[in-house]
Amino acid sequence: MSMTSISRSAKNSEDLQKDSDRKIALRVRDVSKSFKLPVDRANSLKVSLLNLLHERTGYRIQQVLKDISFDVYEGDFFGIVGKNGSGKSTLLKIISQIYAPDSGTVSETGKLVPFIELGVGFNPELTGRENVYLNGAMLGFTNEEIDAMYDDIVEFAELQDFMEQKLKNYSSGMQVRLAFSVAIKSQGDILVLDEVLAVGDEAFQKKCQDYFFEAKRNKKTIILVTHSMGDVRRYCNRAMFIQDGKIAKIGDPEKIADAYSNSFLGTSKSDNEHPEGAKESSLILDGIKLTVNGAEQQYIEKYEDFDIAVNIHNTEPVESTALRVDVVDGRGWLAFSLPDRDSKPHVLQPGSHTIVYSVKNTLAFGDFHVDIVFDNGTKRFVIKAAAYQFHMRGYAVSAMPLMIPHTEVTIDGN
Amino acid sequence: MQIFEIFTEKNRVLLKAMVATDFKLRYQQSFLGYIWSVLKPLLLFSVMYLVFIRFLKFGADVPHFSVGLLLGITMWNFFVETTSGAMSSVVVHGDLMRKINFSKFVVVISAGMSALINFGINFIVVIIFALINGVQPSWWGLLIFPLVIELFVLSLGVGFYLGALYVTFRDLSPIWEVVIQAGFYATPIIYPVSLVATNLGPHYGPLLSRLILLNPLAQIVQDARHILIAPQNPIIWESFSNPLIKLIPVIICVLFFVGGITYFSSKSNKFAELV
Repeated sequence: MSMTSISRSAKNSEDLQKDSDRKIALRVRDVSKSFKLPVDRANSLKVSLLNLLHERTGYRIQQVLKDISFDVYEGDFFGIVGKNGSGKSTLLKIISQIYAPDSGTVSETGKLVPFIELGVGFNPELTGRENVYLNGAMLGFTNEEIDAMYDDIVEFAELQDFMEQKLKNYSSGMQVRLAFSVAIKSQGDILVLDEVLAVGDEAFQKKCQDYFFEAKRNKKTIILVTHSMGDVRRYCNRAMFIQDGKIAKIGDPEKIADAYSNSFLGTSKSDNEHPEGAKESSLILDGIKLTVNGAEQQYIEKYEDFDIAVNIHNTEPVESTALRVDVVDGRGWLAFSLPDRDSKPHVLQPGSHTIVYSVKNTLAFGDFHVDIVFDNGTKRFVIKAAAYQFHMRGYAVSAMPLMIPHTEVTIDGN
Repeated sequence: MQIFEIFTEKNRVLLKAMVATDFKLRYQQSFLGYIWSVLKPLLLFSVMYLVFIRFLKFGADVPHFSVGLLLGITMWNFFVETTSGAMSSVVVHGDLMRKINFSKFVVVISAGMSALINFGINFIVVIIFALINGVQPSWWGLLIFPLVIELFVLSLGVGFYLGALYVTFRDLSPIWEVVIQAGFYATPIIYPVSLVATNLGPHYGPLLSRLILLNPLAQIVQDARHILIAPQNPIIWESFSNPLIKLIPVIICVLFFVGGITYFSSKSNKFAELV
C-alpha cells in the first residue's frame, strides 16, 4: 500500500515538473461527494411523515468521490477512465457544475462546455435551426455566438437541406449528427465529452475521428470520459484512472489504458488461476506474439487477418488440442477459443514447439487479451492469464456481428 | 444574492429561448391555435356570467359587474397559471438540470413570463369588452401596470416556494389544486364585495367585507376594478384609516417574493440530484 502511494506521488511530481510551465485550464482540489440514497424514497408526504414518526432517517450515505485533486492544462486532451460506478460520471458532473461537491473546489479558466449527453433540450416540434439556437442558449452561448458558429455546425452535420424541417422528421442518425456537431463545433475553451464518440454511420465516425486528431494537433482543451482504451491511446496526451472514487493512476495514457485493462484481469485471475495446477503441468509457455504478415503487431485493423504464434516446451507428450488460446475482450468475455473443438489432435512429443494459429479476423473494435489455458477435457487451468494484449482499431458499429473466426493451426511448420 | 445571476446575458438569452419555445409549442397542432388562449377564458366567463350574473343576480348593484367578472377571472387565471406552471417547472426540466448547469431561477421565471404573455393577450380582450359595455376610460387606468407588477411579484414568490417544494413533495400538486379552488371562492371574483356586507348581517358583514381586502389577490382585483371600471368598487385604501393595515397586502407580496427567492436559492443547488 505504502509502495503504491510513494510511486504515485513520485509520478505526480514528475508530472508537475513537466507541466509547470503550462497554464492550468481546470483545477480540481480535494473534491469529495456523497449521495443520500433513500432506503424508501420520501417522495410523498406520507412516507416522510411515517419516517418522522418512527425516527428513521430514510436514507443511507454513499461516498462516491474521495479527495479528488488534479489539474488539466491548456491544450490537454485529458482522458478519464474507470469502471461503471467508479464515480467518473459524478466527477464529470461536478466539473460541469451540475452537482455541487460536499467539499473541495473546482475552478476553471475560460468557458467550459459540457456534453454529458448529446442534444440536451432538443425539442422534436422545433426545426433543426431552432433547436441549434435553443441548445446553444442552454449551453450558455449568446445568439451572436451561435450565429458565428451556425454554418460550421450545419456543414459538419451535413444537414444543409434539413435545417428548416422539424426535428421529429429527422432520422435518429440525423438527430445525433446535429447534436454532435453542436457539441464539437461550439466555441468553448474547455470541451467536456462523456461517451459520445460512437455515433453516426461509418463516414461520420471518420469525420469525428479526423476532428479529434485535429483538435489534438491544435491543442484544444478536451476532457473525455470513455470506456474505449483505443480512444485513450489514440487521442489523449494525459489520462486519469478512477477506481472506487479515488484517483488510482494519473499521467501517461498508455499506462493508464494498461492499468485499466489490468484492473479487469485482477478479478479474473483470482477466479481462474490455479498455480498448483500449473506446477503439475508438463507444459511451459516460452513466448507468445501476434503477427500480421510476419511482423509483430499490437494494433490490428478491422478485418486484418493475424497469426498468434505460441512457443512452448513440454516434458511429457501432450495432445496439441489441450493447449487452448482464449481471446477475451475488454469486458472479460470470451470472444473465441483456439483451436476449434473439432480440430484433429496432434501429439506433441517432449521438446520445444511453435504453434501458429492463423485467424481470419472478424473481431469488433476494442481491447483484447489472450489467455493461455490447459484443458484436456478432464483438467483445466490457466497457464498464463493475459499473456498478450492487442487492440482492434476502428469504431463501434451497431450490429457488429460476433462470429467465430475461421482458423488454421500450424504445428512446428506443418 | 443568487437571483441576480438571472440578469447575466447568458441567462437572459436562455430565458428568452425558453419563453419563445413555450409560446411556439403551446397550441401546436390545435386547429384554432393561439385563439384558444383567448377563447378558453371567454367561454369560462360565459358560463359564470350565465350562472352568477343572469341566474343568481350577483353584482346587480355594481356598475358593469360583468366586465369586473371578466377582469377578475383573467387576473385570477394569471395567478393560477404562474403558480401551477412554476410548481411543475423544476420537475419538468429535471432532465435538463441533470445534464447542464444553468440558473434554476430561469425555469420558474419562464413559467411566469409565459403566463404574463397570455395575460397580456387576454387583457386586451377585457379592454375591448369594457369599451363595448360603455365603460368610461380614464387616466387612472394606467395604474393597472403597478398592479400587474404586484400580482406578478406575488405569483412568482409563491411559485418559487412551490417549485422548490414540489421537487421532494409531489403531494403538493393535489394540495395546491384544492388551495387554488378555495382561494377562488375566498377572493371576491364571482361575487362583489358588497355581497359579503349584505349577506353576513349587520354585525360581521361590514367588518368582514373590509377584512377580505387584506388578501393581496382581493386587493389587486378590487383595485383594478376600481381604476378601470367603476370607482364604486371598494378598495383597501378607502376601507382602513391605519396606513400600516392598508399596506398589509403589499407587504405580504414582498414577503412571499423575498422568502420564495431565498428558499429557492437554498434548495436549488441540490435540484440536479433530487429530481
